[in-house]
Amino acid sequence: MNRFTIIGQRLVAIFLLGCLLFNYPLLSIFSTYDMLWGIPILYVYAFSSWLIIIILMIIVIEIRR
Amino acid sequence: MMLQGGIILLFSLAYIGILFAIAYYSDKRSDAGRSVISNPYIYSLSLAVYCTAWTFYGSVGRAASTGIGFLPIYLGPTLMIALWYLVMRKIIRISKYNRITSIADFISSRYGKSSSLAGLVTVIAVVGIIPYISLQLDGVSTSFAVMWQHSELSTTLPTPGTVDILGDTSFYVALLLALFAIIFGTRHLDTTERHEGLVAAIAFESVVKLVAFLVIGAYVSFVLFNGFGDIFGQAAQSPELSKLFTMENAGTYTDWTWLMFLSMMAIMFLPRQFQMTVVENVNENHLDKAIWLLPLYMLLINIFVLPIALGGLLLFPNGAVDADTFVLTIPISQGQEEIAMLAFIGGLSAATGMVIVATVSLSTMVSNELVMPILLHFGPLRLAERRDLGGVLLTIRRGTIIMVLLLGYVYFRLTGNAYTLVSIGLISFAAVAQFAPAIFGGIYWKTGNHLGAMVGLSAGFVVWSYTLFLPSLAESGFLPPSFIESGPFGITLLKPYALFGLSGLDPITHSLFWSMLVNVGGYMILSLVGRQSVIEHSQAAQFVDVFKQTPENDFRLWRSTSSVTVLRSILEQFISPTRVNEALNDYAKKHGLDWSKDDVADAALINYTERLLAGSVGSASARVLLASAVKEEPVSMDEVMYMLDETSKVIAYSRELEIKSKELEQATSELTAANEQLKELDRLKDDFISTVTHELRTPLTSIRAFSEILHDNPDLDAEQRGKFMAIILKETERLTRLINNVLDLSKIESGKMEWHLTAVDLKELIEDALASLEQVIKEGNIELKTDMADQVSLTVADRDRITQVMLNLLSNAIKFCDNEAGWIKVQLKEQDSTLNVAVSDNGPGIKPEHQEIIFEKFRQVGDTLTEKPQGTGLGLPICRQIVTYFGGDLRVESVLGHGATFHFTLPVVSPADDESGVEAGFSTAVFANGKSSNRQGTYGKESINR
Repeated sequence: MNRFTIIGQRLVAIFLLGCLLFNYPLLSIFSTYDMLWGIPILYVYAFSSWLIIIILMIIVIEIRR
Repeated sequence: MMLQGGIILLFSLAYIGILFAIAYYSDKRSDAGRSVISNPYIYSLSLAVYCTAWTFYGSVGRAASTGIGFLPIYLGPTLMIALWYLVMRKIIRISKYNRITSIADFISSRYGKSSSLAGLVTVIAVVGIIPYISLQLDGVSTSFAVMWQHSELSTTLPTPGTVDILGDTSFYVALLLALFAIIFGTRHLDTTERHEGLVAAIAFESVVKLVAFLVIGAYVSFVLFNGFGDIFGQAAQSPELSKLFTMENAGTYTDWTWLMFLSMMAIMFLPRQFQMTVVENVNENHLDKAIWLLPLYMLLINIFVLPIALGGLLLFPNGAVDADTFVLTIPISQGQEEIAMLAFIGGLSAATGMVIVATVSLSTMVSNELVMPILLHFGPLRLAERRDLGGVLLTIRRGTIIMVLLLGYVYFRLTGNAYTLVSIGLISFAAVAQFAPAIFGGIYWKTGNHLGAMVGLSAGFVVWSYTLFLPSLAESGFLPPSFIESGPFGITLLKPYALFGLSGLDPITHSLFWSMLVNVGGYMILSLVGRQSVIEHSQAAQFVDVFKQTPENDFRLWRSTSSVTVLRSILEQFISPTRVNEALNDYAKKHGLDWSKDDVADAALINYTERLLAGSVGSASARVLLASAVKEEPVSMDEVMYMLDETSKVIAYSRELEIKSKELEQATSELTAANEQLKELDRLKDDFISTVTHELRTPLTSIRAFSEILHDNPDLDAEQRGKFMAIILKETERLTRLINNVLDLSKIESGKMEWHLTAVDLKELIEDALASLEQVIKEGNIELKTDMADQVSLTVADRDRITQVMLNLLSNAIKFCDNEAGWIKVQLKEQDSTLNVAVSDNGPGIKPEHQEIIFEKFRQVGDTLTEKPQGTGLGLPICRQIVTYFGGDLRVESVLGHGATFHFTLPVVSPADDESGVEAGFSTAVFANGKSSNRQGTYGKESINR
């Protein structure tokens, strides 16, 4: 039960982090014409944040078994 | 030339053939008990049914116009899935416990297994999903058309609505998909309504569409262009395209956030998602892997969306080609027919996956929650009595699948090409988002009730229809365009895209705001003011507290009993007899029953049967079916409260404990008091003994002293001797009296006194007493005054004892009256059924502070050291005990120097009264003297009757 709730809480934290990352105002910071490695920085930001969220989920769910 | 019509068709059919093979194989494996789908990877892949033709074709189209604007549809689910660990786990647990078959079943089950609510949810789901189905038909038929006419890419595609139905590819696509769904989804009825073959096929399709999309993406990015940098670099040259690099075209941030919210709801509540995530779930723990695998899948399938979109825009500038078809048209334009074919198959898999699962789940809902309840309620059909209802059910489902696809086709024809794929899909998303309040409220808020859910859902649905569904038809010419532009009948306040003047929002956001407002508002307000029925209350508790209960800790709402035979026959109407047998034998084994001997089905078995049935026909129908067969006793609200509230038991226990501890406390204090009393009594006894011995010693001492004198002086003169002898005699009398008194007192106090009850005439008794004292009075030269009523009522008492009281009082009066001109006065009066006797003297009187002391044992007023005691000190206490015993009281009135008057009373009790009267008289007496309550038995009725 303990493991159950603590993982749940961590995932809720990830959810909140995601809501923060994928919304105004953070999103607007990257809404520029700058490029990073030849890719629009907004795209880099969106997809790398997405990947980070997924990696965090993997860590929370799979590592602490 | 590879892309000829026949070959395309051949590939399509071959692909569908592979799907059949997979489904067939996994169904066989499942029947053999070796499920292929029972692992988290297949489960996660099957959830990817979320990615449909919308994702495959539509995302690119949307990216081509909004840049990153296609992403919220996948970011929302990614975030929502993080919460699944808590939320979806709960929904799955609840669904498994209740054998939920669809989202309509879930909602109706939560709100009291209501068939009306189930029907409403079904209608919303069907109407809401129709645009989505049409989107798939659109995607598939467009892809057919593109493949077919690839040589004439630049020419515009024929508008679907203009083609004759029989010449319309999408019509055949619809029929083919319907056939496919029927074969997969409605092969047989199961007790759990799970479709292993279907899940396996969908998982396979997910792999196909992902691989196809990645191949195309890689081809565009790395073959056609030199990597991402090349595409974006070229796009950056064009000011128009570089706008897509920012949020500029992606809609406002508000719309963005609402889209994320919308897709969060969609990933949970789209009927097909619910079907895959909840109904087809084999093991709750598979959810863990799905939580990160599904987002990963969505990330992968979206990585190439922007490169393909920008690549397409670079290849076909100025909107020459519909961006929704870039996935196909790019490879075709480059002559890459194999890749184009792969893309086509990928698109086909995305669309078929969605259509199959959606129609299967919708058909389950329509048959279980809409058609069956109606049929069951129709008495004349006598459907409940028919055997093999399973066949009827399957027919209904198959019909529903065809109907849903045809409706999708009709919508597709009506709306035509007015919308992009994504905006059609969002209309459906907004429809299913209406389920969110009822479901979230349902699993976390016990107060949420049926009325609230009903009103919230209806209101949300109506607003959705008005602000999204109807306008979508209006734009295609089905309704006049003025409906959108100036509102119905020119009422601008009611413009469907700017309701009540709320403008500036995207139509989806606008609709979502208003529909959620009325939905959540209606649900909450009515839940807060309304009441729940018994069954709602039980279901609410069960849903919200699902983690706190074990399957054994069952809520028994069926209080009736029925026979196993009846239950078996009901089950066999829907489920094959072999499966019924298996299920019942399982149950028997678990509960140690033997069906050949036990035919009585208790509430637990009826519950079990209801759940089995619910797996086939939904909970609302199951309840109706069973109710018709089982006479159910009503369960009172109190009972349910008692049975259900998880806490009620604990509360009951703690209350009991509280009561117990209070009782204990009380008992303890009683014991303490009793102990104190005992200690007091012990002290009194010690006092009494020491007093008694002291009192006894006084006469004994004087007897002994005078006896010694007589013994030592034999020559004493006769006069002296006589005097001493008289003293000795007097002292022995006193001693005897004392001992008698002590004995009397102890007898009275211990309840061993024998009372001889007779009718007593008090006047006569007093006269007798006076007569016996006549001599003494005369000798003392005392005047006797009497003031007695001529006749008084009788009382019942012990004559001797009352005489004793009278003599005692008279002797005292004689003893203490004035030496010179002494008088005593005796009065007798009857007043209010009470006899009053007063004995007065004109002696020195008694000080007020002594007036109670004289009734205590061995307490004599006066200086005991100097004055020789004139009595035993027990007379008055004994008198009081006697009088009290007979229900009267004895007290004294006195003014110092003016004599004293002793009053005693006795109740009038006529021996002629019935026994209860006598009894009552005595019980007062008994109660008046607390200590004497055990005496009743001793004197008893026999004495009275005597």
